[in-house]
Amino acid sequence: MSQLPVLPILIPLIMAAVSLLLWRQRRLQQLLGVLGTAAHLGVALTLLQAVRREGFVVLQLGNWPAPFGISLVADLFSAMMVVMVGIMGLAVAVYSIAGVDPEREFFGYYAFLQLLLAGVSGCFLTGDLFNLYVWFEVMLMASFVLMALGGERRQLEGAVKYVTINLVASAFFLSALGILYGLAGTLNMADLSVQLGRLNRPGLTSTLAMLFLAAFGIKAALFPFFFWLPASYHTPPPAVSALFAGLLTKVGVYSLIRVFTLLFVHDLGYTHGLILVISGLTMVTGVLGAVAQGEMRRLLSFHIVSQVGYMTMGLALFTPLALAGSIVHLIHNILAKSGLFLVSGVVLRLRGTTDLARLGGLYRGAPGLAILFLLCALALAGLPPLSGFWSKLLLVRAGLEAESYLIVAVALSVSLLTLFSMTKIWLKAFWGEPPAAAGAGEISIPGAARLSLFLPTAALALLTVAGGLLAGPLVELALAAAAQLLEPAGYVRAVLGGRT
Amino acid sequence: MELLLALLVGGLYAGAIYLLLQPSPVKLIIGLGMLANAVNLLIFVAGGLTRGQPPLIAEGALQPPVPFADPLPQALILTAIVIAFGVLAFTLVLFRQAAETVGIDNLDEMRTIDQ
Repeated sequence: MSQLPVLPILIPLIMAAVSLLLWRQRRLQQLLGVLGTAAHLGVALTLLQAVRREGFVVLQLGNWPAPFGISLVADLFSAMMVVMVGIMGLAVAVYSIAGVDPEREFFGYYAFLQLLLAGVSGCFLTGDLFNLYVWFEVMLMASFVLMALGGERRQLEGAVKYVTINLVASAFFLSALGILYGLAGTLNMADLSVQLGRLNRPGLTSTLAMLFLAAFGIKAALFPFFFWLPASYHTPPPAVSALFAGLLTKVGVYSLIRVFTLLFVHDLGYTHGLILVISGLTMVTGVLGAVAQGEMRRLLSFHIVSQVGYMTMGLALFTPLALAGSIVHLIHNILAKSGLFLVSGVVLRLRGTTDLARLGGLYRGAPGLAILFLLCALALAGLPPLSGFWSKLLLVRAGLEAESYLIVAVALSVSLLTLFSMTKIWLKAFWGEPPAAAGAGEISIPGAARLSLFLPTAALALLTVAGGLLAGPLVELALAAAAQLLEPAGYVRAVLGGRT
Repeated sequence: MELLLALLVGGLYAGAIYLLLQPSPVKLIIGLGMLANAVNLLIFVAGGLTRGQPPLIAEGALQPPVPFADPLPQALILTAIVIAFGVLAFTLVLFRQAAETVGIDNLDEMRTIDQ
């Protein structure tokens, strides 16, 4: 039995512990951060290769057979997500060298960064619902600290909102778990899939489905649960914002997709119909909120919300093509959105503000940055040949095939509004003249810091371009992952082995 | 007994949500603590109440005599209690720090970053 699935969790955990031991050794921690995340990415890629070869890689922890022990399960979808964790972790670790101030580094920034990565990888790999809750808490605890670390006034204010809503969501999740255990007598996801199929208690199962929808909906920032996100995501340092924007809401989306393909598929018209309505509303409210914003990072935060709608739209349509669209969109969005947040961090560094009214003329001062922004922004809006175009194409085609014309219309018009608000940033911050009151203009960044800030940003932007130009293999992989998701029997067989 | 506990759980949830909606940070934290307890009791009740039947397997037997108390909900609750305790401690410190730094102890007025 391969030990591979445990490594993406174990490596960051060990790195976190070592970073804590090296308290005050800032440079060493930076090095560990980069090396650790690079190792994580390497392991994640190996895992993806193994999953592509074998279909599923399952590890029963402590050799307790499922459903009695805790299983770690890597299917294509989770392996792909773990690779994204690796990419984001590495990008942010490099960016943090110059992007995070020594104050924060001295107080365990890197340790919590690694813990966050361990938590997120755990969420993607676990095959047990209670274990998912535990990983959620690991991730949340690390994110609480990262959000509040530094103790700036606006940070603490954001953290109060962020912590409270997340604790309420966890309580929802745990309540749902308790009732589900009472109902089915198991928490192993594969076993649950079998037991819920046999149970035939539609009323209670639907109630549980709604509880899970609310719990994960809060984490994923779905309508109407998204208000906490734009209220908090723009407060921590840009490196942290980028990591949160890239990974945290996506864990919510991942959990939704997992639960609503494996467990709650008894009443598709009701549950997935509701998710479709929620997706549409999420897209629209998110983008309308974004259009009204005048601060770059708040604007981008609203776009996170609107983009989550696309991911759940694929889940709601529930066809192989739609789910593949969701997966490609997840991957594209992690890259493009984090890239944009990293760009906003450089802007903040250059001008000391991200308020659009006080920015201007960045194109003249920093043309490279402007091009990176443009690549990510156009990918987010879905212009060909960038990665966002392909995911939206898949989703729209799936929508047309399912004859859900309304959601297709919504998706397309939201794309247009996304383009509009990206143009707004472009015009005000990069293209237009700087306002007279802005003063001296550029703060110069030293060479080494420049490398640490630009390298990861450029890497993410280039990956969005690559995701667009090499869309064929990516879409193929996503289709295979979607086929696995829509065939729970395969997952069950891989985890439980012949026992049902 | 189950009815009584169900009522208690319901009462705890109601009280917790009422406290969560209050503008005072202290009440909000008490609400979060109460919510955690309500959830723990819910898991306990939903897992099924069995009196005086420990899940111990006699020597030579393959399973404990039915009906037996399910040990898993208790393990789940134990984990949840530990997590809730840690998180609550963190929240307490965070709120205290926030109240001192922001200088506001009314959550409804804490909206300076929303503009």
